[in-house]
Amino acid sequence: MSKDASPVVSAKKLSLTFETNDGPVHALSEIDLDIAKGEFVSFIGPSGCGKTTFLRVIADLEKPTGGEITVGGVSPEEARLARAYGFVFQAASLYPWRSIEKNIALPLEIMGFSKSEIQERTRRVLELVDLDEFGKKFPWQLSGGMQQRASIARALAFDADLLLMDEPFGALDEIVRDHLNEQLLKLWDRTNKTICFVTHSIPEAVYLSTKIVVMSPRPGRVIDVIESTLPKDRSLDIRESPKFLELAHRVRDGLRAGHSYDE
Amino acid sequence: MKFGTMSSLQKVLALIAIGASLAALLSPLAMIGETTVSTLSHPIAMTFALAGLATIIRFKLKFSIAFDGIMSVLGIWGIMVILNGIDKASFGFWMLLVAAWAFGWLYIERLSNVTGLNVFLTRLIGLITPVFFGIWILVLWEAITRGANVPFVLLPPPSMVWVKITTSLSILWADFQQTILKAVLSGYVMGCGSAFLAAIAIDRSPFLQRGLLPVGNFVAALPIVGMAPIMVMWFGFDWESKAAVIVIMTFFPMLVNTLTGLTVATNMQQDLMRTYAAGYWQTLFKLRLPVAAPFIFNALKINSTLALIGGIVAEFFGTPTVGMGFRISTEVGRMNIDMVWAEIAMAALAGSTFYGIIALTERAVTFWHPSIRAG
Amino acid sequence: MNKLLEGKIAPVVVVVSVLIAIWYCFTVYLNTPWQLDRYEKAGTDWTYSQLITDTMKQDRPVLPAVHQVVVEIWQTTVNKNITSKRSLIYHGWITLSATLLGFLFGTILGITLAVLIVHNKALDKSLMPWIITSQTIPILAIAPMVIVVLNAIGVSGLLPKALISTYLSFFPIAVGMVKGLRSPDQQQLDLMHTYNASAAQTFWKLRWPNSVPFLFTSMKVAVAISLVGAIVGELPTGAIAGLGARLLAGSYYGQTIQIWSALISAAVLAAVLVMLVGVANNVVLKRMGMSQ
Repeated sequence: MSKDASPVVSAKKLSLTFETNDGPVHALSEIDLDIAKGEFVSFIGPSGCGKTTFLRVIADLEKPTGGEITVGGVSPEEARLARAYGFVFQAASLYPWRSIEKNIALPLEIMGFSKSEIQERTRRVLELVDLDEFGKKFPWQLSGGMQQRASIARALAFDADLLLMDEPFGALDEIVRDHLNEQLLKLWDRTNKTICFVTHSIPEAVYLSTKIVVMSPRPGRVIDVIESTLPKDRSLDIRESPKFLELAHRVRDGLRAGHSYDE
Repeated sequence: MKFGTMSSLQKVLALIAIGASLAALLSPLAMIGETTVSTLSHPIAMTFALAGLATIIRFKLKFSIAFDGIMSVLGIWGIMVILNGIDKASFGFWMLLVAAWAFGWLYIERLSNVTGLNVFLTRLIGLITPVFFGIWILVLWEAITRGANVPFVLLPPPSMVWVKITTSLSILWADFQQTILKAVLSGYVMGCGSAFLAAIAIDRSPFLQRGLLPVGNFVAALPIVGMAPIMVMWFGFDWESKAAVIVIMTFFPMLVNTLTGLTVATNMQQDLMRTYAAGYWQTLFKLRLPVAAPFIFNALKINSTLALIGGIVAEFFGTPTVGMGFRISTEVGRMNIDMVWAEIAMAALAGSTFYGIIALTERAVTFWHPSIRAG
Repeated sequence: MNKLLEGKIAPVVVVVSVLIAIWYCFTVYLNTPWQLDRYEKAGTDWTYSQLITDTMKQDRPVLPAVHQVVVEIWQTTVNKNITSKRSLIYHGWITLSATLLGFLFGTILGITLAVLIVHNKALDKSLMPWIITSQTIPILAIAPMVIVVLNAIGVSGLLPKALISTYLSFFPIAVGMVKGLRSPDQQQLDLMHTYNASAAQTFWKLRWPNSVPFLFTSMKVAVAISLVGAIVGELPTGAIAGLGARLLAGSYYGQTIQIWSALISAAVLAAVLVMLVGVANNVVLKRMGMSQ
C-alpha cells in the first residue's frame, strides 16, 4: 500500500478539558498523531485515558479546547458535513422499528441517495458482512454479534474512506469477538479503508492493527506509538507467534508505565 | 383419594357447592303468586340440586374440570328458567344461585391453574375466563334484581336494559351522533393535534420546555371538566362547547407526553444522526418521533377516556335536547333508570371501542417496543 | 442564582406570567363588545384606557380578569364566616370531605383487589381484564344516576359523592398496585423461595415494600380523580353545597366570577392534595431508605 503524502487524520498539540463540578478534567492533553491512508490504528489504554474522546473529536462529536486537528485535510466539522467517515458505536444502536435493511438504508436516506442506489448499496454491504439473508429481520431478532455486524454494514453503506470504531466488540463474548476480528481484517483488506479502532483488549489491538497507540489517563495522553511488524495477511493463529507476543509485551509495558496511580 | 390434589380454596368452594345444593333441596324455592313452591316439586331445580349434591364424589374420585364448567352453565340456564316462572325467590333459589356460582368459581380456579398448555390453549383460556366472569356478573345481577324484586328505579335487571336498548335504537343513535361523532371526535382530534404541534414547537426551546412541563403536569391533574359551564357560555349549547371542553382536557396530557417522548432518544442514537450530518427535521422524523411513539400513544389512550368523560359531563351544563349526557341527566330526573343504563351501556361500548382502536393502532405502529414484543 | 436560571423555577415563573398576560388580553378582548354596547346605549364618550379598565370591572364578564377572581376568592374565604352558605371554605370543605372519604375507600378497595389478584390466578384472569376495560369507560357518566338513586332510597349527603370518588379512584390504585406487587424480579422471588418463606412473609418482606413507590404514584392520580368525582357528584342534586354546586349555580345565573373562583379553588385543592401525597411519598420513601 502506497502511503499518501497527506495524512487522513492529523492532530497537533490537541487538548480537550471538560469543566465539571469537581473541577476541570483533562481528557486529552497535547496529543500529536498522524494517521495515514489505509492504516488500521488501534487506540488502547485504561478507562479515562481519552481514547474514546479522541475518536469523538475526530467525529466532531466533541470540540477540542486546544491545538489543531484535521480530518482529510479539513476541520472535523467540515468532514462530518461532507460525510467523510462512518462511525461504529459500542452498542449496535440499531433502530428497533426498522428492519436490518432499513437500518442500513438510514444514512443513505438522510444523505439523499436514490431508491435504486439505496437498494443496491444495502444489498452489497449486507453481503460484505455476511448478513444477506437477514435483511428483512428486525434487530431484536438477531444475536448481539449479528447486530454489531449490521451496524458495521450501516457505517460502510455510504462508502466513506474513514471508519471510526469505538469498542465495537466490547460487549460480545470472546468466540464471537474472534470471529468478528477475523472478518473485520478481511473487510479492511478488501475495502482499502482507514480504520481507527478503540479497544481495551491487548490481543485485539495487536492482532488487528498496523499501528497501536497506547494511551494513559489523567491527563489523557499518548505514551507510545507502536508500528506493527506483523504481515498484513494474518490468521488468528498468528497470536501464538513470537512476534505477536513481543508486540503484546511492548503494549503491556506501555500500559503499565502509564499506571501512575494506585488501583 | 383425590382430596390431596385440591387446594384448600378449592376444597372450601367444593364444600360450599355441595352444602348449598343440599340446603336448596331441603328448603322452599320460590313464591308463585301466594303459594310457596319447594325445590323438590320443581323438576329443573331438583335435578340441579341433586346433581350438585352428587358432586360429593369429587372427594373420592378424579373429577374433570369440564364437569364444574358444565355444572355452572347448567346452573345459569336453570336459574334463568326458574326466574321466568316465579314471582319472588325464597331461600332455596338463593342456595341454588350460590351453588351454581361456586361451581363457576371452581371451574375458573381449576382452569387457571392448569399448566403446560400450548400457546393457543393458553390464549383461549385467557379469553374465555373474563367472558365467563362477565356473564356471571350479568347473571347475578339479573337473578338478584328479579329474584328479590328490587325496584326498577333502583337497579333494573340487564334484560330490561337490553329491551330498552333494542326499542330505543333511534334515540341512542341520535345521542351517539351528537356526543361522540360531533363533540368527542372533533374535540379529541383538535386537542391532541394542537398539543402535538405545540409540543414540537416548544421542543426547540429548552427554556420553554422546563417551564411548560411542570405547568402542564399540574394542569393535567386539575378538574378541567369544571370549565364546562364557561365553555357553554362562550360557545353555546350545541356540540361546539363540548368540543372546546374536550380540547382543553386532552391538550395537556398530550403536550406533556409528547414533550417527554421527544427527550427519550439516547445519546448514542443522537450521536449517530450527528455523524450523518442529519438536519433537525431528519432527526425528528427518523429518530425522535419513532422513539416518542409509545409516549404519544399513551396520551392518546388516556385522552380517549378523558374525551368521552368531557363530552358527557359537559352536557350536564346545558345542551340542545339530544346527546348522551343530556339523556342521562334528564332520564335520571324522570326516574327512567333503564334508559340511563342503556346510555351507559352505549357509552361503555363506545369508550372501549375507541380505546381498543387506539390500542390496536399502537400495537401496529410500535410493534418493535419491548412492552409490545413481550406480549 | 445561576441554579435558579438553570432549574425549573425561572422558566415556570416566566410561563405562568405569560399565561396570566394572555388571560388579561383575552379579558379585554372578550369583554369589549358588551362594554361598547353599554357606552352606545348610555351615549357616553370613551377613551381606550377607560375601555380597558371598564372591561375589567364588569359584574358578569365573559371572562373575568385575574384580579377580579382573586378578590372574589378573598371575599368568600377570609371575609366570610366559615359556616356561611356563601363561604368558599364551607363549600370547599364539603367537597374535600367527600373527596377524602372516597379516596380512602378507593385506596383500601384498590389495594385489597390488587392483593387478591396477585395471589389468585383465577381472579387475575377473570377480574383483571375487566378492571382494565373499565378504565376505558366514561365512568363519570353514571355519577348522576348513583346520586339520584341513592337519594331515592334515602342515602344522601356525603356518602353518595364519596362512593363516586371511590369508584373513580380504586381503578388507578388497583392497577398500580398489581404492577407494584409484581415488580420484584424472579431472582428476588427465588431468594425468598430458597428461605422457604411463606406467602405472607414474601408479601410483607418483599412484595409490599417493593410496591410502595407504585402505590404513591397511583395515589397521586387517584386523589386528583377523586376530587373530580366529588365535584361531578355535586351536580345532579341541584346546587346545594360544594364546589360543584357553586359551578352549577354560577352557570344558572351567569355568575362567571363565581364559576371561575370555584374553578380556581378546585384547582388549588387538587394541587394541594397531589402535593400532600407527593410529600408523604418523599417522607415514606426516605424512611424506607428508598429515595435517592
